[in-house]
Amino acid sequence: MRRHVTAYGFLSAALVVFAVFSWYPIVRGVVLSFQQVNFVTSPDWVGWENFERLFADPLFAVAWRNTLYFTVLALVIGFGVPFLTAVVLNELRHAKGYFRLLVYLPVMLPPVVTALLWKWFYDPGPGLFNSVLRGLGLPTSQWLDSSSTSMISLVLVITWANMGSATLIYLAALQTIPGELYEAADLDGAGILKKVWHVTIPQTKFVILMLLLLQVVATMQIFTEPFVMTGGGPEESTVTVLLLLYRYAFYYNDFGTASALSLILFAVLGVFSFLYLKITRRADA
Amino acid sequence: MRTLTRPGGKAYWVVLTLTLILFTAAFLLPLVWVLVGAFKPPAELARQPPTILPETWEPGAYADAWNYMDLGRFFLNTFVVAIGAWAVQMAVIVPAAYALSKLKPLFGNAILGLMLATLMLPATALLVPVYLTLTDLGLLNNPAGIWLPAAANALNVYLLKRFFDQIPEELLEAARIDGAGTWTTLVRVVLPISRPILAVVSIFAVVAAWKDFIWPLLVFPDPAKQTLSVALQRFAPDTPINLLLAGLVLASLPMVALFLAFQRHILAGLTAGGVKG
Repeated sequence: MRRHVTAYGFLSAALVVFAVFSWYPIVRGVVLSFQQVNFVTSPDWVGWENFERLFADPLFAVAWRNTLYFTVLALVIGFGVPFLTAVVLNELRHAKGYFRLLVYLPVMLPPVVTALLWKWFYDPGPGLFNSVLRGLGLPTSQWLDSSSTSMISLVLVITWANMGSATLIYLAALQTIPGELYEAADLDGAGILKKVWHVTIPQTKFVILMLLLLQVVATMQIFTEPFVMTGGGPEESTVTVLLLLYRYAFYYNDFGTASALSLILFAVLGVFSFLYLKITRRADA
Repeated sequence: MRTLTRPGGKAYWVVLTLTLILFTAAFLLPLVWVLVGAFKPPAELARQPPTILPETWEPGAYADAWNYMDLGRFFLNTFVVAIGAWAVQMAVIVPAAYALSKLKPLFGNAILGLMLATLMLPATALLVPVYLTLTDLGLLNNPAGIWLPAAANALNVYLLKRFFDQIPEELLEAARIDGAGTWTTLVRVVLPISRPILAVVSIFAVVAAWKDFIWPLLVFPDPAKQTLSVALQRFAPDTPINLLLAGLVLASLPMVALFLAFQRHILAGLTAGGVKG
């Protein structure tokens, strides 16, 4: 009995913090989705009105389309690059520390700093990227200033900023692959691509899957980069779901509709988060 | 250790050289470009093609940026937010993880399950309700508005608990026989053994608080209370570009210094249970 009392004493601060800032807000978020809040009178129940308002907003579809486009682009670029980088780094026996240091350095920069730096690099006039392209005699781009390249420009930023973590996690996984597997593949006369396909990928598929799910969940919540770099433009081409949620909550003070949008986002991401937890739990056991 | 290719050979040196060039160009040169760019006057920064090294050095750019944006204030605010977030989180989650691991209270597993369930939530699903809760509690413009929600970190509770689980029961038993109470056992026996995981969790807590943008943006409407990230974002549109660049470099320095100092811990922590930075 005394043991349980002591234990709850040690747990009490965590229980309060989780209750107030995690568990209660979950319930409150669901309740708010069906309410109209105005801080003056007590909230009114409005049924599905908040959801109807969202579905009627043309930006709702735009935001989802942008977010999905962003997620797919981020997967195509941001997912393959760290894996390939790790595979190459794993072969190199020199300057290992230098490579690790450099690839992880951007991860340490505050995202706002990275976003503002890249905004300057992307400047179509004297910006770094167009200057380099002009110097090489290549065609330049409007980058963030054109609705056709704005999204891919954001993907390049977040890939640069975040690939360090994924690369190093892959690298650690690659180092656990037994060397005999490669020797056996050599005896079978397999080339490099065959070895990657038949040894490297199958041996690291758990880590690949885990990072894939984490990345989907993270990219679908993209906020800081579009907020700082484009504000959602040009022509709403970078309005993401979270940017729309922010507008509802903090421009229009419509917390009910913002909550309804969170709930929808949660339902979509919940599937991926659930899979992630299932997989990591199984790996731990 | 055998990998995809055999060491040595001409191909190896070609790949090594290419990787060195590519990495330096991709990750180091942009940062050097900014570091040096801050010394150029705005008119030179607007020139096409750009100058590589400044024609006119403005050695005072960094000091001017510091004064122009009053960066000292925002550095102090950010330090308070980050160090406080670390201290509060440790004070909350270390005893909790210890209780769940070693004291095994009634419903302990259910509580851990409820905590871990919050990991399934995308961080932003709670944006509105947590913001309203902070408003109700009068925690806007108060660093505690960052510290307390950040302390509800289920992943770190889990990492600590998993580490504590591996501490042999006999060690705690020995302390108990020596007359040590539960608290003394935690401080004198468990914490010293747990230094590696405490270092990892601590560094990631500080880095996360320093890098955060959306929460400080919501919690500090008062410009005087804002953190560096929020302030820089606010200053960016109407600050001369050379001063803004200097400000961005200055705001990154503490994190770069932290990385260089604790590189080994940080890189080891990355792989401890799939921690994401």
